[in-house]
Amino acid sequence: MMTDDALIIDQRFGLGARAAATTPSNSVSQALLDEFGRYQALPPLWQQYQQTLPSIEQEMQEMRMINQAGSPEDKLQLRRQMRNEARDNYTEAVQVRAQVAQQTDTPFVERLVHFWSNHFAISAQKSQVTQLAGLFELQAIRPFVLGTFKDMLFAVEKHPAMLIYLDQQQSRGPQSEAVQRQMRRQPDKKSGLNENLAREILELHTLGVRSGYSQQDVTEFARALTGWTVPGPKLTGETDARYPGFVFNERVHEPDVRQLLGKTYAQPGVQQAEAILTDLAAAPATATHVATKLACHFAGDQPPPTLINRLRDTYLQTGGQLPALYRVLMEAPECRVPTPVKFKTPWEWLISSVRALDIDLSHVRVSQVMTQLGQPIWKPGSPAGYDDVAESWLASNALLRRVEYAQRLASLTKLSMPPAVLANTVLRGRLSQETLQQVSRAESAHTGFALLLVSPEFLRR
Amino acid sequence: MQRRQFVQLCGAGLAAFWLPSLSFAAAATEQRFIFIIQRGAADGLNTVIPYADPDYQRLRGALAVQDINDTKLDSLFALHPSLVTAKALYQQQHALFVHAVASAYRERSHFDGQNVLESGGTRAYQLKDGWLNRLLGLLPPAQNEAIAFSPTIPLALRGNYQVDAYASAKLPQPSDDLLLRVSQLYQQDAQLHAAWESAMQVENMADKGMQGQNSQQPAALGKMVGDFLSRPDGPRIAMLETGGWDTHSAQNSRLSKQLSDLDTLLASLQTNLGSHWQQTLIIVATEFGRTAAANGTGGTDHGTGAAMLAFGGALPAITASNRSWPAGKVIADWPGLKDSQLYQGRDLQPTLALDKAITALVSAHYGLEPGKVARTLFPASS
Repeated sequence: MMTDDALIIDQRFGLGARAAATTPSNSVSQALLDEFGRYQALPPLWQQYQQTLPSIEQEMQEMRMINQAGSPEDKLQLRRQMRNEARDNYTEAVQVRAQVAQQTDTPFVERLVHFWSNHFAISAQKSQVTQLAGLFELQAIRPFVLGTFKDMLFAVEKHPAMLIYLDQQQSRGPQSEAVQRQMRRQPDKKSGLNENLAREILELHTLGVRSGYSQQDVTEFARALTGWTVPGPKLTGETDARYPGFVFNERVHEPDVRQLLGKTYAQPGVQQAEAILTDLAAAPATATHVATKLACHFAGDQPPPTLINRLRDTYLQTGGQLPALYRVLMEAPECRVPTPVKFKTPWEWLISSVRALDIDLSHVRVSQVMTQLGQPIWKPGSPAGYDDVAESWLASNALLRRVEYAQRLASLTKLSMPPAVLANTVLRGRLSQETLQQVSRAESAHTGFALLLVSPEFLRR
Repeated sequence: MQRRQFVQLCGAGLAAFWLPSLSFAAAATEQRFIFIIQRGAADGLNTVIPYADPDYQRLRGALAVQDINDTKLDSLFALHPSLVTAKALYQQQHALFVHAVASAYRERSHFDGQNVLESGGTRAYQLKDGWLNRLLGLLPPAQNEAIAFSPTIPLALRGNYQVDAYASAKLPQPSDDLLLRVSQLYQQDAQLHAAWESAMQVENMADKGMQGQNSQQPAALGKMVGDFLSRPDGPRIAMLETGGWDTHSAQNSRLSKQLSDLDTLLASLQTNLGSHWQQTLIIVATEFGRTAAANGTGGTDHGTGAAMLAFGGALPAITASNRSWPAGKVIADWPGLKDSQLYQGRDLQPTLALDKAITALVSAHYGLEPGKVARTLFPASS
C-alpha cells in the first residue's frame, strides 16, 4: 500500500485524516466502495436531533396557526418565540452536521452529502426556512446520495424547505379553481403564478443555464408546478408518506396540458410536474451539468473534458445511478493526481482541522465559526449555492480569518504528540520540508498545530 | 499604500507590524468612486416610480407605491418613500437616476446577469476579469487602489490589478510568532503569498475600533467605508455588495427594508467621507429589473429594464463636463408600460445601455476620454 493512496482516500475523496490515522489496507477504489455498505443515512446523532423536533407537518401547522393567532400581542410573542426556537434548531443542526462529519467512518459519502446539499441549495436566511434547513439535508439529501439523481430531485423539490425557499408554496394557477373563485368574490385581489422554483430547477438543479430552454418553458413549468405546496391550516390536498410536509392542492393547480421543451404534458394534477421532472432528470443537458460539477469537485477547478464526458456517458447509460458516477470518479486517473487539485472551502478546512486535531466540538459553536470563515452553513447568498473554485475562497481576508481561527483551534486540542509527528501522520508524503521546519521550530506546540492547519498543503486537497 | 511594505516590516522586526503605513499619498483632491451592486435583481419600478404612467397602477395593483406626495422627482417619477437621504441628495443635485436601463444581457438568470454586469461583457463568461478592475489601469497610481468590502473579491474587481478585500470579524489576533512563521511558510507559494501579503496590508488599515461591530449594519458599513476612503493612504475605489433584492413575494415590506438600508448606507457614507464627499461618485446597479406586473404572490419575477442610481458630491462637476448627464434629474427615454410597450410583453423595455451610463459618469468623473473608457471597460459592446 503506497502512502499516496492513503492521501487520495483521506484528502481528495474523504474529509481529511484523523489524528489516529492508520494506513488503509485496501486499494483506493475498494476502500471507497466499502463505505457504501457502511453509510448510515440516519446516524445516531441525526436521529437524536430529529427526535427533539415536532414532525414536519406539526411544524408547518404551527407556523400557520401563529399567523392566525388572536391578538396582535399574542402574534408578536408567538412569532418571537418561534424565531428563537428556529434559530436554536438551526444552530443545533449545524453542530450535528459537523459532529457527524468529524466522527464518520464513511467520510467519502459524507462529502457527497455536503456536495449535493450545496447543489440543491436552500437558505436558512429566509426566516421560515431556518427551522427546516437541517431537516432538508436529513430528509431530502442523506437518504438519496447512493440512489438515483431522479429520486433525490423528487425529494428535494417536494421538501417544504425548498418549496418555501423558492416561493413555490404560494404560487397559484391563474385559471385554477381557487383563483377563479376568488376573482369572482374579490376581483381586485391578485393571485397567481410565481416562477422562482421552476426557473431554478431548470437553471441550477437540472439542465443548467444556457442549455436552451426559453422564458416560455419556465412559465409553462411554473404553471405545471402550481399546487405543489406545504400543509395549510386544514391540511387540504393529497399527502404522500414518502415526502413529509409535501401537499398537492388540486384547487390551485393550473388546469390544461402544458407544452415545454418540445413535449406535451397532458397528465392530471401532481403527475404533470412529476412527468416534467422525470424528463428533466433524464435529459442529456442534466447529465452534462451534473458531470461537470462532480468533476470540478474531485478533479480540480478546470476539470478535464475527458472525465466530464465519461461521467456524462455513465449518467446516461445508467439512468442517473449516482454510485456508478462515484465509481467513475474513484477510478479516474484525473482524480488520482498526487498534488492537490482543490483549495479547501472554509467548511472542508474546518472539518479537516477538527478531525486532525481531534477537537471536542462541544467547545466550538460551528454555526458562528462558519459565518466568521465566510461560509455560513445552509445560508449561501443565492440558490446557486456556494462556489466550488479556489478563486472564491482564496481571498486575503478569508485567509487571515483561517489563520486566526487556526490559533483558536490549536488552543482546544488535547493531543499530546509533537506537532511534527501529527503533521507526518496527517499529511504523509505531502508534508514539505518548509512546513515541517516551521511546525517544528514554532515557539509552542500550540503555534505548531496552528501552522499545520494553515500550511499550504493542509489548505488544499 | 506600499505592497512590499509588509515584507520589509517582517524583515525589520514585528514591533512595527501594526503601525499605520507612513507612505501618505499626496493630494486630497483625488477622486473617490464607490460601486454598490444590488444582487438579486432590484425592482426599478418601485425604486424610481413612474407614478404618472397610466399603466403603473394597473400593473402593480397592491404593489403600487401610494405614499409619494413628498417624494415626487418630476412630472413622471417619484422616489420610494424609504429613500429619504436620496431625495435630499437629488434636491442638492448630488444624485441622478437612470431608468429603463439594462446591460446587454437579455435572459433572466441572476448569476449570468451578474456575470455580465460585473465582467462588462455582452455574454456571460465571455470575459474573465471585471470592468472595475480594468478601470484601475486607466487611473494614475495615486487613485487606483481598490478594495472590496466583502470576505472575498467580487468579479467586478477581479483581474490583473491587485485589489484588497476586507470584512471585519471578531476573532482573537494571532500571535506574532504565528504571523511571522505563516509569512515565511507562504514565501514559496505564489498564490498564498500574494493573498497573505495583501491581508496584512488591509488589516493594518482597518480601524480596530470597528472590529467589535457588525459591519453589515448599513450605518457601520458606511462608517467603515468612509473611514477607509478618507485615509490619506487609503484606497480610492471601493465595491460593496448588497443582497436580498429578489422579491418574489412580500415585496412591499421587503423592498421598503432594503431601500431603507441602502438609504442609511448612503447617509453614513456622506457623513463619514466628510469633505471627500465632494470628490465622490457612487453608482448603484443591479443585474436586471423585475416584471412590470405583480406576480400572484405579492411580488415580482425576474425581468429586464431596471433603474441605476448615482450619488455623490462630484455629480455637479460631472454634469458640467457632460451636459447629457444632468445631476438632479431622472434620465430616461421612457418606453411606457402598455402591454405592447413591454419587453416580451412582460418587462420594462430597456431603452438605455447600462454600460453607456457607467462610461459617461466614470469618464467625466476622472477626466478620461469616453471612447477609451468604453473600449477598456466594455470591450465587447464598444
